Amino acid sequence: MKRAGPGPTDHPTDHPTPGHSRGRAALSRPSAALSRRRAALSRRRAGVPRRGRRRAARAGQYLALLGYLVFLAFPLLWLVSTAFKPPTELATLHPTWLPERPTFDNFRRAFDEQPLLRAAGNSLLTAGSAAAISVLIATPMAYVMARHRSALSRAATGWVVVSQAFPFVLVIIPLFLILKEFRLIDEPAGLVLVYVVWSLPFALWMLAGYVRAVPRELEEAAAVDGAGRLRTLVSVTAPLLAPGIVATALFTFITAWNEFFFALVLLKTPEKQTMPVVLTHFIGTEGVADLGPLAAAALLATLPSLVLFALIQRRITGGLLAGAVKH
Amino acid sequence: MRPMTEAARSGDEPDRAPAKEARAPGSRGGRSRGGRPAGLGPWFLVLPALLPILLLSAGPLLYGIGLAFTDSQSGRTEPTEWIGLLNFRDLRHDTLFWESFRVGLVWAVGVTVPQFLLGLGLALLLSQDLRMRWLARTLAIVPWAMPEVVVGIMWRLVYHSDAGILNETLRDLHLGDGSDWLAGLSSALPAVIVVGVWAGLPQVTVALLAGLQNVPRELREAAAVDGAGAWRRFRTVTWPAIRPIALAISALSFIWNLNSFALVYVLTSGGPGGRTRLPMLFAYEEAFRYGQFGYAAAMGCVLVAVVSVLLAVYLVGRLKGADQ
Repeated sequence: MKRAGPGPTDHPTDHPTPGHSRGRAALSRPSAALSRRRAALSRRRAGVPRRGRRRAARAGQYLALLGYLVFLAFPLLWLVSTAFKPPTELATLHPTWLPERPTFDNFRRAFDEQPLLRAAGNSLLTAGSAAAISVLIATPMAYVMARHRSALSRAATGWVVVSQAFPFVLVIIPLFLILKEFRLIDEPAGLVLVYVVWSLPFALWMLAGYVRAVPRELEEAAAVDGAGRLRTLVSVTAPLLAPGIVATALFTFITAWNEFFFALVLLKTPEKQTMPVVLTHFIGTEGVADLGPLAAAALLATLPSLVLFALIQRRITGGLLAGAVKH
Repeated sequence: MRPMTEAARSGDEPDRAPAKEARAPGSRGGRSRGGRPAGLGPWFLVLPALLPILLLSAGPLLYGIGLAFTDSQSGRTEPTEWIGLLNFRDLRHDTLFWESFRVGLVWAVGVTVPQFLLGLGLALLLSQDLRMRWLARTLAIVPWAMPEVVVGIMWRLVYHSDAGILNETLRDLHLGDGSDWLAGLSSALPAVIVVGVWAGLPQVTVALLAGLQNVPRELREAAAVDGAGAWRRFRTVTWPAIRPIALAISALSFIWNLNSFALVYVLTSGGPGGRTRLPMLFAYEEAFRYGQFGYAAAMGCVLVAVVSVLLAVYLVGRLKGADQ
């Protein structure tokens, strides 16, 4: 089956070449013999005009792709460009696409204006703990969900789906009151707890998929060889699961690193706030902001997520594709 | 950022072959389904995850519904009391809330529909063999990895009335002087919706790309050989195959969009004059600025109820359409 996911394995581009193109071979790539027959067939059926139409269609596709590229890329380019512009260029009424005299000054000033390092430290601590804990408690449950068909695992699967529709409006107030009861408001520990619970559904889902990918036969073979249940899990299943566990942990980390709403509600002391909350402090009460440092800080805050996401992107979309292909 | 694998995967969940159970290793083989306890082992494995789930997600949901029937407020010394439906009666006459509700629906529909159409277009393009496809694929994933706050900040820079690139481009093209997009009474909501579409495009695109893998290639080729045009091939072959995923992802992204908070909080904080005050922002202010916990919880309940009905109608309607 043709891989269409955003994986890196691009097919060699087959462009309309005379003799091969009339059979709409570019739309699908049949075997050589088939396509020859098909090309012959359609050559008989359609005259020359069809080739012109195909060209026009191709051009239209490229035009559409260009539109998407512009729409997707221009805000990103503008963010990067603004981050490297000196104050004089930011103050002009006619901003240019690229900074005329690029400077790193905005980055230095960003660190002066807001405690970015401390915020990054807080984010690292919360997101790191949330990722570690959630994977630690999700892996056993995911194992049960994947290997046992009981009412429990059915309920868990149902909950995973339902949790996607969770109304945050309704959950945040009780959560706030409960955490207050445990004196966990304004504590990183409270936020970590919330992140763990909030990321569990997806972690369970991913991990259960990875467990299913580990052949049951391997576990059975180990059991036949006399390995106990625990021994089988530790020395057969766990090593095979490791890449999946790492991917899940990284995804949880990114989610928690980016999260804003819970952090805003649950952390009040500025010294404890995480990166996204601190970023909003760059924008004053009147909505006025020092654009250069704001852009620089926003860029820096995005880098960790982008790098980690690039690492696991193929695994996430790959897992998704595997799930979608398998019937 | 939202996980989205569920959307595409849930489709294949129910039909996992039950025959596999018979091969379960050891003593637990095939027992669990008959309702007999599968031993303490699974419980021991499940408990660490189950406890926090019950305590911090299922619990709060019920607690929140309960709160809607009380006069709970923050920082009050007297005990909270049950007040029955009083909160809901107040809500009925709260024009600000209904205005916010309307804005929320316009936002959710206004984001979800273009997002779906653009995502479908992009997914179809990306499944073709085009040059520069790798670039489009990479760029299409980026918004997914970015913190929502950064997306908001980025678009503030784009929309900035003086230093923004949008107004400068308009001036260059002699299309007027541009305007202060996020502060204009009529332009604020559309401007925010564009950002919402941009931010949520990856999830929809990736889900639909996965769905396109379900399109039987033989059918598409056969249709092409028979001389069916692009639109007819899409209608008769591609669409039926991706329909379930399209349905799931559009319903999910509708919910996600209704739940969204950070984007609009950073872009406009609900202004100007409440034109972009989504229900989430409204409830947040009510609860954590004015301390009206009970009232805000009632808002949440109304929101959830209406959204559930809307979604049920949408899904039932669509599923019926599939049968015909």
